[in-house]
Amino acid sequence: MANRTKRDRIGWLFVLPSLAGVMIFYLVPFVDVVRRSFRQAVGGGFAGLENYRQVLLNKAFILAIGNTVRFVSICLPLLLLLSLGVALLLQNQKRYREVMKSAYLVPLAIPATSVVLLWQLLFDNNGFLNGIVSLFHIESRDWMNDGTAFGVLVFSYIWKNLGYDVVLWLSGLLGIPVSIYEAAKVDGAGPINTFFYITIPNIKPVAFTIVILSFLNSFKVFREAYLVAGNYPHESIYLLQHVFNNWFSELSIDKMAAGSVLLCTVVALLVLLLQRSWDKSGV
Amino acid sequence: MAVFALLAVSPVIFLLAGTFMGNQEIIECIAPVFLDGEGYAFWKVIPQYPTFCNVVGLLLDSPEFFIMFWNSAKISTFILAGQLIFGMPAAWGMARYCFRGKKLIYTIYIVMMMMPFQVTMLSEYLVLDWLKLIDTSAAVIFPGMFSTFSVFIMYRFFCGIPESILDAARIDGAGELQIFLKVGIPLGASGIISSLVLSFLECFSMIEQPMTFLKTKSLWPLSLFLPEIHSGNAGFSMCASFVALLPAIFVFLIGQDYLEQGIAASAMKE
Repeated sequence: MANRTKRDRIGWLFVLPSLAGVMIFYLVPFVDVVRRSFRQAVGGGFAGLENYRQVLLNKAFILAIGNTVRFVSICLPLLLLLSLGVALLLQNQKRYREVMKSAYLVPLAIPATSVVLLWQLLFDNNGFLNGIVSLFHIESRDWMNDGTAFGVLVFSYIWKNLGYDVVLWLSGLLGIPVSIYEAAKVDGAGPINTFFYITIPNIKPVAFTIVILSFLNSFKVFREAYLVAGNYPHESIYLLQHVFNNWFSELSIDKMAAGSVLLCTVVALLVLLLQRSWDKSGV
Repeated sequence: MAVFALLAVSPVIFLLAGTFMGNQEIIECIAPVFLDGEGYAFWKVIPQYPTFCNVVGLLLDSPEFFIMFWNSAKISTFILAGQLIFGMPAAWGMARYCFRGKKLIYTIYIVMMMMPFQVTMLSEYLVLDWLKLIDTSAAVIFPGMFSTFSVFIMYRFFCGIPESILDAARIDGAGELQIFLKVGIPLGASGIISSLVLSFLECFSMIEQPMTFLKTKSLWPLSLFLPEIHSGNAGFSMCASFVALLPAIFVFLIGQDYLEQGIAASAMKE
């Protein structure tokens, strides 16, 4: 028994160096941020919820939150359905599965820097896309400086994340024992019945994880937005990161602090939900 | 479906062709974009007059580009090394031992991993400012070294090693550190590589962190390089974008199986 406790103390030693780094660079300063979110930027007096009120009434912040909500509510279902569709097609496709999977994963590796040029040429007033569109006698437009900038962002996000989600779905799909499908076939179940009664129930636990991971990845779409449209993009793709960047350059520490705490709360709630589902599926 | 797949890899093909095209040829293709001319830009999959002109120009006459490339290499190397030195033991400790507070630490790590940069931006800034690290490469490297994401991926793989192997090693008289080095690392190798591949791709396209913490342009990594096209340098920009892509694609091709395992590991229990 004593041996066991001693051994577990060694476990602590393994974790300690990393934990110290996480504490120094993330946790302790974040506590400071929480403290600052209740204080005035100048003078440091107690400000109560004043910073939060300012953030929540801030026009740029509201715009960014609105865009983010709109972005997520359009992208997420689209991405999930598309990637599930591709994964289902690949599930029974043994010959080309690996090649296809690789092709879909390539965008994950491509740094945003490298697609800037292509995106510019693609969506310009006289660019590739308008060239294609004109074949169908549709009027050309500047895709990046229009409401369609939002569509470009949606496209970029899906282009980038499709492969990631396909791999995630496949890891769930390929874990379903083939024998269940065979048994269903013997019992005379058609493809539609098999899908609803075997595939869906079996990938439910994975599905929840994919939703949350994809949601969190959507915060990173700023990279594409920044490289294509710079710091002052069309207002339909004005994102949270833009707001934070502006506050940062204005040194509005109080607003940043309150904004971070708000965002942190939302993300933390989602993560706890995710963990709960892991615990359940792990039993 | 093959069409989608083609769409996914098309940027690589696009840049590959552009790299070996002469300035003249590129301009012919895309003239309408920057001259506001009539008609639309088009592209060729295979250059009509292939040339190494731009590749040579990039390799020989563009020191700024090389500095950025070197910065990226430096930042990525240090971050990955740090993740191995600090993250790997932490993953092992959490995966193989039960100690008080483990559950709490694990939860903290997961939450940290999920936080978007917007949340940690100010806190990172405050501590880096306090340590006088702002506007040095270390400002990007240190927080990256302690990214909890890589710990999480390695943790998942370390959990999969059967306890009986470790017990056998203990009976043979191996110490805990020895077990970690001689049994844990070799058996968890695929997880370690997975996390390195994922981290490398992340490091290599990092934008938010260097943009916020590095003001001096000579410290910037390649991911902040913003290619522009005007008639004089179209070929150069094309070529630079392609070279910026090479390391990532190289790692992708070698580490692809590990990349997939790593992604799948984030969705599965165990």
